[in-house]
Amino acid sequence: MLPPPATEAGITGWLWHNIFESMADFHSPLAAMRSLFMILFSLVLVYVFGTQIYGLLDFAIFSAVFSDPDGVKREACWTVQQGGSLPDGWHAACWPFVVAKQKFALFGPFPSEELWRVYLALVAGAAGLAWVMIERLPFRRQAGFLMLTVYPLATFILLTGGNIEVAMTRVAIWFVFGLALISVGRLGNAGRLGTVVNEFAGSFAGVGWLVVAFSTVAAIAAFDFNLEPVDTGDWGGLLITLVVAVTGIVASLPLGIILALGRRSDMPVISVLCTIFIEFWRGVPLITVLFMASVMLPLFLPAGVNFDNLLRALIGVMLFSAAYMAEVVRGGLQAIDKGQYEGADAVGLSYWQKMRLIILPQALTHVIPGIVNTFIGLFKDTTLVSIVGIFDLLGAGQSAIADAAWSTPVQAITMYLYVGIIFFVFCFGMSRYSIYMENKLSKSRRH
Amino acid sequence: MAQTTTKNAQIDADDIMISMKGVNKWFGSFHVLRDINLTVYKGERIVICGPSGSGKSTLIRCLNRLEEHQAGDITVQGITLNNDLKNIDEIRREVGMVFQHFNLFPHLSILENCTLAPIWVRRMPKAKAEEIAMHYLERVKIPEQALKYPGQLSGGQQQRVAIARALCMEPKLMLFDEPTSALDPEMIKEVLDTMVGLAEDGMSMICVTHEMGFARKVANRVIFMDEGQIIEEKDPESFFNNPENDRTKLFLSQILDH
Repeated sequence: MLPPPATEAGITGWLWHNIFESMADFHSPLAAMRSLFMILFSLVLVYVFGTQIYGLLDFAIFSAVFSDPDGVKREACWTVQQGGSLPDGWHAACWPFVVAKQKFALFGPFPSEELWRVYLALVAGAAGLAWVMIERLPFRRQAGFLMLTVYPLATFILLTGGNIEVAMTRVAIWFVFGLALISVGRLGNAGRLGTVVNEFAGSFAGVGWLVVAFSTVAAIAAFDFNLEPVDTGDWGGLLITLVVAVTGIVASLPLGIILALGRRSDMPVISVLCTIFIEFWRGVPLITVLFMASVMLPLFLPAGVNFDNLLRALIGVMLFSAAYMAEVVRGGLQAIDKGQYEGADAVGLSYWQKMRLIILPQALTHVIPGIVNTFIGLFKDTTLVSIVGIFDLLGAGQSAIADAAWSTPVQAITMYLYVGIIFFVFCFGMSRYSIYMENKLSKSRRH
Repeated sequence: MAQTTTKNAQIDADDIMISMKGVNKWFGSFHVLRDINLTVYKGERIVICGPSGSGKSTLIRCLNRLEEHQAGDITVQGITLNNDLKNIDEIRREVGMVFQHFNLFPHLSILENCTLAPIWVRRMPKAKAEEIAMHYLERVKIPEQALKYPGQLSGGQQQRVAIARALCMEPKLMLFDEPTSALDPEMIKEVLDTMVGLAEDGMSMICVTHEMGFARKVANRVIFMDEGQIIEEKDPESFFNNPENDRTKLFLSQILDH
C-alpha cells in the first residue's frame, strides 16, 4: 500500500482541497484569471470578516469596562469629555451596567427573597432536560414522563405559590365522578352492563382517568404549601421568555400532530374543522392574537370573569404555534409512502397504533429540521408579548436601559448585546441538538 | 348462496376459507371487478394471473379490505367483510399479506418488524413474540439478519422478511401480491423457494404472480383474469396444456415464448 499524496490527507490535504486548490491553476490565461480573482476575493473576505470580528471582540472584551469598584455607576463608563476617566473616543461595552441589572433582566420584578423558587425550578428543569437528552442515562422514558407531568405542576406551584382558589368540595365531587366513570368502564369491559356500555367501555374509562387526573392536579394546585404568592405580573425577563417559549414548544408539538392527523382524516367534519382552525391561526399575525387575547377578550367576557393576562398570552402563543407545527407535521405525513399504511393495515394494527408505531415516527424524523425551525421561531417570537405589557427578556432589558443612573452612550448597545447573546445561546443549542438527532437517526436507520 | 351450496354440497361449510359472491368494484367510473364469484377452500393454493390492469391485485386487496368493494358479499373464514371495523380487524389478524414492494417498516429492525403485530395486535408478551419471530426468520433462512434494518438487506432478503413478518401472526391464509415483480432476477428464486416451502406445509395461499413455473409446481387452481372478470379457472395441468379461451391462449403464448 502506498501512502496517500500530501494533497489528499491530513491538514495539508484539508487546506489544499478547501482553500488553495481553487487558486493554484495558472495553466491557461483564463484559469490564471480565475485563480487571481479567487485570491483577491478571499483576501477581501478575510479582511472584512476579520475587522468585523475584531471590532465585536474589541467592543465586548478588549476595551470593555468590566468593573465598577468605586460604585460610581454611570461615571465608570464615561470618557474624560463626558466627565469620567476613560480616554476620549472610547466606545465599548459597559458590563457593570448589565451586572447591576442582571436580576431585573433575568427575572423582572420577581421578589428577591423568593428567587430561590425560580432557581429551583430552573435547575430542576435543566437537570430533567439533560437527563432526557443524554442517551447513556438509564430510565430516560420515566424521566421524560415526570418532566411532562410532575415538573409542570411543581413549577407552577413554585412560581405562583400554588394555593389557587378552587372550592375543594367541587374538586372532590369531580374526583368521585371520575372514579365512578372508571368503574363503569371496568364493569362494562367485564360485560356486566350489556353490549351498549361494553362498546363504549374504553371511552368511559378514558374520560374517567382524565377527570381523576384533572381533579388531582386541581387539588394539588389548590393545596397551601405555605409559599408566598407571586402574581404573574411580577414575573419578567428571561423567566417570562422561558415560560412562554417552553409552554409553547411543549404544547405545540402534540397539538400540531393531532391537527395534522385531523386535517388528513377521512372524516370530512374533522378534516374541515382542523383545516379551518389551522388556516385561521396561520392567517393572523401573532401580534393580533396577543392583542385580542389581552385587550379584546376581556370585553367579551361577562363582568367579573377575569383570568390571568400571562395565561391568555400563553394560550394565544400555544394555538398559534400549534397551527404552524401542524403544517410542518403534515409535510412529514405526506412524505410517507402509501405502502407503509397498507403494511400496517395488513398486519391488523388499529388506526392509532398505525399512526403511533409506524407513520409518525417516520414522518417526524423527516421533518426534524422543520420542527426545530418552528421551535426557534417561536422562541424568538416570545419577544412580542412585551406588546401586551408582559416583560420578557428583551422588554425587561429595554426598561433597564431607561435607568438614568446608568445613562451612558453605550448603555443600550451593551444591554442589547447581552440579550442577543442569551437568545443566540438558546437558539444555537436547539439547532445543534436537531443536527445531532438527524445524524443519529440517519445512522441507525440507513435506507 | 344457493348455487355454491349445491355445487359443493359434499364439502363441509367449515372448509370454506373464502367465498366471494357477485363482487363488483369501481374506481370512480372505472369498473375494476365485474361479478367475481370465487370460493377458496382450506389448504388450497391458488395462482391468479392476467395482463396488467385486469384487476387481479384489486381482487386480493379486497380480501383484507385494503380496497373496499361496492357490491356483492365477501366472507373470510365465516366472517362477513363489511364496514364493521371489528370484522375487518378480525379478518386482518387471520390473513397475512406480502406486497410487491415489501412494505417493511424502515425505522424498525428486522426483529421488531416481525414482533410488532404479535405484540400490539395479539397482545403477546415480548419474549414469546421474539421467540416466534426467530422461528420464522430461521424458516425463511435469515435469522442472522435479525438486528439489522430493512435498508441494509437485499431485495430478496427483504421480501423473505416480509413473508416472515406475515407468518408471525400465524395466519390461516396468505395473500401474495406480485411478490417477485420488484426483484432482481437472481433473487426471485430465493423468494419462490420460500413460498414453495410454505405451500408444502399446507398453508392456504392466493398468489398474484407471473411466475408460471411456480404456478405449475404448487397451484391447485390457476385463475386467469382479464378486464375485471375471471375468464378461466382450471387446474394447472389443463390450464397450461389446453386453455379454452382465446384471451388466455394469447396471454400464455406471450408470457411463455419469449
